[in-house]
Amino acid sequence: MSDRPAPKAATAAAPPASNEAPPARRIAAQAAFEVRSIVRNGEQLLLSVLVPVGVLIALSTTRILDAVGADPQAGPRVDVATAGVLGLAIASTAFAGQAIATAFERRYGVLRQLATTPLGAGGLVLGKLIAVCAVVASQFALIFAIAAALGFSAHVSVPGVLLAGVLGTASLVSLALLMAGTLRAEATLAGANIVWVLMAGAGGILIAPPGLWGQITAILPFGALGDAMRAAVLAGTIDWPALAVMAIWAVLGVAGCRAWFSFDGR
Amino acid sequence: MSPVPPPQPLDIRDLRVDFGRIRAVDGVSLSAEPGRVLALLGPNGAGKSTTIAAAVGMLRPAGGSVRIFGLDPRTAHPRTAGLTGVMLQDGGLPMASRPLAALTHLSRLYADPLPVGPLAERLGITAFAGRSIRRLSGGQRQRVALAAALIGRPRLVFLDEPTAGLDPQAALAVAEVIGELRADGVAVVLTTHDMADAQTLADEVTVVDHGRVIAHGTVAELIAAHAPGGAVTSELRIVMRAEPGSPGPDSALLDALAQLGPLDADGREVRIRADFDAARLAAAARALADAGVRPAVFSLAERSLGDVFLDLTGRSLR
Repeated sequence: MSDRPAPKAATAAAPPASNEAPPARRIAAQAAFEVRSIVRNGEQLLLSVLVPVGVLIALSTTRILDAVGADPQAGPRVDVATAGVLGLAIASTAFAGQAIATAFERRYGVLRQLATTPLGAGGLVLGKLIAVCAVVASQFALIFAIAAALGFSAHVSVPGVLLAGVLGTASLVSLALLMAGTLRAEATLAGANIVWVLMAGAGGILIAPPGLWGQITAILPFGALGDAMRAAVLAGTIDWPALAVMAIWAVLGVAGCRAWFSFDGR
Repeated sequence: MSPVPPPQPLDIRDLRVDFGRIRAVDGVSLSAEPGRVLALLGPNGAGKSTTIAAAVGMLRPAGGSVRIFGLDPRTAHPRTAGLTGVMLQDGGLPMASRPLAALTHLSRLYADPLPVGPLAERLGITAFAGRSIRRLSGGQRQRVALAAALIGRPRLVFLDEPTAGLDPQAALAVAEVIGELRADGVAVVLTTHDMADAQTLADEVTVVDHGRVIAHGTVAELIAAHAPGGAVTSELRIVMRAEPGSPGPDSALLDALAQLGPLDADGREVRIRADFDAARLAAAARALADAGVRPAVFSLAERSLGDVFLDLTGRSLR
């Protein structure tokens, strides 16, 4: 009888080395691609740059704000307009732009294809979020530059603007993706534009609505974004309740996406 | 010590996928081996694309298991995706991008991608590289989608209808690429409605229908296993003339032809499966002559994968 040890039981060999790029490189590549897509898309540029800039100039140089009942004690017209237009710029890029673009990417199978690559769903969302933040940062720089030329004089809370910007972007991107990932592309196109127009007109982004409607918009993400921007730009303070509202909407949006988002839009 | 078995590129066992109350995939088991092409065939709605979607982790199975090189694609996603290339049926390409920009972007998701230029050259993409994907023809988009599936040097490739809409030259190039993948040891899972492609390219064939595997084997095994009489591999096809006054197949003629082998009659067309030698062919011709019938078509062909497929899944429209 042999005294050699019994052969070990066979176990499965390791899989071959995977070819995925490191996570940071994948997400950076996706963010860069998204930024290029936004910049190349004429409709998105119109929505993200020309409309906010046009609104800023119009509200700063005419009496529209007085006519629509803006609080005259809040500050000079250009300061009030700047605060509102910063929120409008986020709503344009993070909500309307992303909802429409993502809905059509879903329709054409782009999301399904990306889901099969090492990028995955998480990388896709992070890439979009970073791209939107980058575009919003550019919008802010442009808006502040034009506002300065128009006589902007408020003492801004930089942390307040940054917190409002990040939480506003996160909440609106999550809601945009929820819309794009659950509705048909045409329904998203119509719905996102209608919501954007309603919120820009009466949702508390540009000016704080009075009375009960103002209390209602304060707990909606668009109104909370407007409140937080006004606090940071006009009063130089941080509106923590408004930031909390946006954070809650961001969590709700992410939870909704996790539950209902479908990559397949056929 | 026992040799360590390498993990299979794809191992699907008893896969079940539900869409609401509808069971789209019902107990499918299949595997793909390195350097071999598995053709996954089935009528529209049979469950092929759903099986692929579950295999790459895009759908949550209701039951069963999927392993890519021993890993669960739903929990080991970046690793399995780094080993896998997927060409989707609908392309999945960003419409506003140009082909090379889209491929360059995808290449950045991989640590060691194929160089975009030579790959685009190989698939004839550079000829239309200046146009946005929105403006490409269906066949051109197919070629870009194939390049997208190959850019990450995959060890397992899913190709969903890779030759649909391609002109013969492009289809030939795709067939050559599949051959190169096989030679490089890549496991290829090919779904197609083109039976000639499947017969030419596939090492093994799995036929699914109504979400279940109904046949599996090599092309030769399937033809032998699903032919009446076991070894019978030929089919005589007779189509009667449609002119007025030209007699169709009456019952006496059909009875005479049925003496030669199992017979399917459908209108003016008759198919007889048998091991046709010269005597049997002469008997068929004699039966037609005795009945005064001069057929429009009288052809003998080897049984093909397409014949087997139609026998297995039926000839009626779904």
